[in-house]
Amino acid sequence: MVLRPYAAAKRTLSFADKLLEVNWGLVLLIALIASAGIAMLYSVAGGHFQPWALKQIAHFALGLVVLVLASVIDVRVWMSLAYPAYGVALLLLVAVDVAGHVGLGAQRWIALGPLDLQPSELMKIALVLALSRFLHGKNIEDVSRPGPLAIGLGMIAIPAVFVVLQPNLGTTLIIVMDGCSLLFLAGLSWWWILPTLGGVAAAAPLAWRFVLHDYQKARVETFIHPEADALGKGWNITQAKIAIGSGGVAGKGFLNGTQSRLNFLPESQTDFIWTSFCEEFGFVGAMALLVLFAVVIFYGVQTAMSARSQFGRLLAMGIILNFFFYIMVNGLMVMGLIPVVGIPMPLLSYGGSAMLTVMLGFGILMSVHIHRQVEIPRHSGGII
Amino acid sequence: MPLFDKKDKSRYATFSRRAVGLGGAMTAVFAVLAGRLYQLQIRDGDQYMVEAEDNRVSERLIAPPRGRILDRFGVELANSRRNYRVLLVSEQATEGVAQALDQIGKVILLSDQQKKKVMHDIAMNRKFVPVPVVENLTWEEFSRVNLHLPYLPGVQPDVGESRDYPFGAELVHILGYVASVSEQELQQSDDPLMSLPGMRIGKRGIEKQFDKDIRGRAGASRVEVNAYGRIIRELGKDPGEIGEDVYLTIDRQVQQLADQKLDGESAAMVVMDVNNGDILALSSTPGFDPNWFNVGLSGAQWQGLTADDHKPLLNKVTSGIYPPGSTFKTAVALAAVEAGIATPSYRVNCPGVFVFGGHEFHCWRPHGHGTLDLEGGIKNSCDVFFYQTAHRVGIDAIEQAARKLGLGKVTGIELPGEHSGLVPSREWKQKTYKQPWQQGDTLSVGIGQGYVTVTPLQLVQQAARLASGKQVVPRLVHSVGGKAVPRPEAAKLDFSDEALTRVRSGMNKVMNEGGGSAFNWRITEPGFEMAGKTGTAQVRVYSEGQHGGPITKNSALEWKLRDHALFIGFAPVIDPKYAIVSIIEHGATPAHPHVQMARDVMLFCQQRDPAKLPPAYPVSQAADAAPLGPKFAKAGE
Repeated sequence: MVLRPYAAAKRTLSFADKLLEVNWGLVLLIALIASAGIAMLYSVAGGHFQPWALKQIAHFALGLVVLVLASVIDVRVWMSLAYPAYGVALLLLVAVDVAGHVGLGAQRWIALGPLDLQPSELMKIALVLALSRFLHGKNIEDVSRPGPLAIGLGMIAIPAVFVVLQPNLGTTLIIVMDGCSLLFLAGLSWWWILPTLGGVAAAAPLAWRFVLHDYQKARVETFIHPEADALGKGWNITQAKIAIGSGGVAGKGFLNGTQSRLNFLPESQTDFIWTSFCEEFGFVGAMALLVLFAVVIFYGVQTAMSARSQFGRLLAMGIILNFFFYIMVNGLMVMGLIPVVGIPMPLLSYGGSAMLTVMLGFGILMSVHIHRQVEIPRHSGGII
Repeated sequence: MPLFDKKDKSRYATFSRRAVGLGGAMTAVFAVLAGRLYQLQIRDGDQYMVEAEDNRVSERLIAPPRGRILDRFGVELANSRRNYRVLLVSEQATEGVAQALDQIGKVILLSDQQKKKVMHDIAMNRKFVPVPVVENLTWEEFSRVNLHLPYLPGVQPDVGESRDYPFGAELVHILGYVASVSEQELQQSDDPLMSLPGMRIGKRGIEKQFDKDIRGRAGASRVEVNAYGRIIRELGKDPGEIGEDVYLTIDRQVQQLADQKLDGESAAMVVMDVNNGDILALSSTPGFDPNWFNVGLSGAQWQGLTADDHKPLLNKVTSGIYPPGSTFKTAVALAAVEAGIATPSYRVNCPGVFVFGGHEFHCWRPHGHGTLDLEGGIKNSCDVFFYQTAHRVGIDAIEQAARKLGLGKVTGIELPGEHSGLVPSREWKQKTYKQPWQQGDTLSVGIGQGYVTVTPLQLVQQAARLASGKQVVPRLVHSVGGKAVPRPEAAKLDFSDEALTRVRSGMNKVMNEGGGSAFNWRITEPGFEMAGKTGTAQVRVYSEGQHGGPITKNSALEWKLRDHALFIGFAPVIDPKYAIVSIIEHGATPAHPHVQMARDVMLFCQQRDPAKLPPAYPVSQAADAAPLGPKFAKAGE
């Protein structure tokens, strides 16, 4: 992994140094996963590059540029950009409620040229940046003090509220999980954590009653009894399970997935792409893809542990956890282990906005890796 | 201040510890994902594979063409007409459905109402489902549509099938008809064809009796469908088996004449080959057009059929039950000869009335017939002769003779719903009325009244048996799907030659000797002479008082109360070939129209002689008798 430790050890790195320091092996791994996604998009379109595969190639190519650019930016610059990014993401989030257009019954997009920008995607990166910067300046005792804790929780809660209002339950969950994981990593006392977990468990029935939308409740009910309405609301889960299961050990083969090709799988190009993959490549292919994901995550955790700055550590860990939460929620959802929430599979699902934010995340992760030797004073605010 | 102090160290340590913990948690989640994959793909993979196949593969039934029904010379009596129609697939109508309909309207006539219906059908169906626009087009209209096809996007010309009965009502009581499958029939059958939309099955007659053969076996096309039911491609095909043709023994020419002669009266006529039982004509009028049921009957049409007092829905030949009247005297005569009572010297004096048990039994001729022998009794149809003879013979011998002639039980013809009629006996009366048999009952039966009832089909069988001296039974179907229906050779009738000869002689005198009851309506062409026996069946129930009194003139009565007119006959007198029955309900008039029509039909039938003409189906005399058809019989010898 560590190609040239002496270069990383230098306080200042030249552009060439940084390019050499980029972990190209990881980039290759990411490209491999994205290629699997593109192949699946080609397959679910019935063996055509239109309408998804070709555009996804463009998304990924753009994402690669973003990754490299983000990786060579000094981690301290990212630190300086943390709060502004958070502010901008928040503004955009507010803007979708005002100017965003309606799609799939939820307001989530802002048209940005050819791209439909989802501010909630951007927000996850921005929140991780901002919280990492905030927590970088806090000692363990500070983290558990009411004042700083309230600020940290507030930074999580404000975007969470806007996203849940969209309404987008899946992304809200991920934002909350991202934020809380960072508080946990920064050393939040168990005296806060355990009672809170207990409180959440107790409050769940109340949330069911007063907070959740009808369509969200319907999803949960459908999840619990999918067979009761196999042709209606339970359709998605039932068909997804059939698709995965019918793949068997070796899969039906590339382009031979009947469930997705014949439209039995809903939205097979986005949230359910993993299902199509499992159908065509079977248990063997699915496990191979899981291993690839695991390697990427392992790299992320390793990057976090090896960074010398608390900011870098929190940032790397936050980004990789965000990546993990996507996989977890999507994987559990399409395999019928949790209710259907609209979360795509990172790198696999079709979508420019998701692809770019995931690649931006990896870019920042790479930046942490390249600048792992950089030490940042506790009270520093970056270098801009 | 150092960049890296003790506090940093403690929070780094906490971070590392907790990051490792989270790593463990992530590993656990991955293990769950992998476990779930194992569960779905390996443990339950086979089951999900089946479910995916169920999703994907759909069987589309292919309805086989229904077999034809033909007469003995290959004339199609029921066939499948090509139904030229135009379908519209809305998703292929690139310029919109309304525009497409306007375009079709320029090529063939299309009413606004039709257009409305199409718009409605298209709205009700998925956009790739072909919706019929017009059906039953002429070939000319259909080819015009085909010619303009390049300018008609979304239009699909299609050739379907529809059952057709070219002769309409003429053969309806033989053929029956086809109509939509009822809910009950759907539940009782396991043939997948039954649930096919638009499926028609036989409801009466041959169409019903041989429905399974005529229907054929459903073909199936295994197709791959998508989630919306659209067919993506064909995976395999089983063409099924087309329905089998049924050849009848009917000669449509004779049938046509019989139908014309009956002329819509409430009447029935059957012509039968006396030697092998072939039915050449079987007519029951009025009938109805079986094509109505195929396209769907209107309420008014159905109302008309059920309310008509001439009962067009009833096949009077197999299901109409009548007192045989004087035609039954032939059975009594046979019994009398066989019992040794009616010897050649046997004479009965008819003074016009027969007094028995304090009651007067009148002859139809008030002044009587004088002294008669057996042949004379038959010739004059003298009631007193048969009162006295029946009384002497007794009910047991009469019952036995009637049964030998085939009365009292179904003939077994290949038509559904045949009735058996009734030949009464002592046991029957005891069982039914809990009363012993009375001598008076025997007298009534002796002239074909009282408890005895028959169907016209039994009467023609009786005539054929008298003529041939064989136990012939009527048959309507020669072969199904090229295989002859097995039919054993008729055994000799269990009557002495003397008895048969004398009864035949009586029947000959009825028609061909001056003074015979049907002499006026005899066949005069030499070599075609017919023997026969008329009958009049009382419809009114006579009270004791009336029975003894003078008979009211028929024409003075309301139609429904008038007597039925019956006639049985065979021809030629020497070496008979054909037997006939004709019945006109409430039609007993001095002009004897039922005998006239029987005469005309029998003359035509003899002159045409269908039994001698080469039939369309392969036939050999030996084969008809063999249980397994011609080829097997030859091989077995």
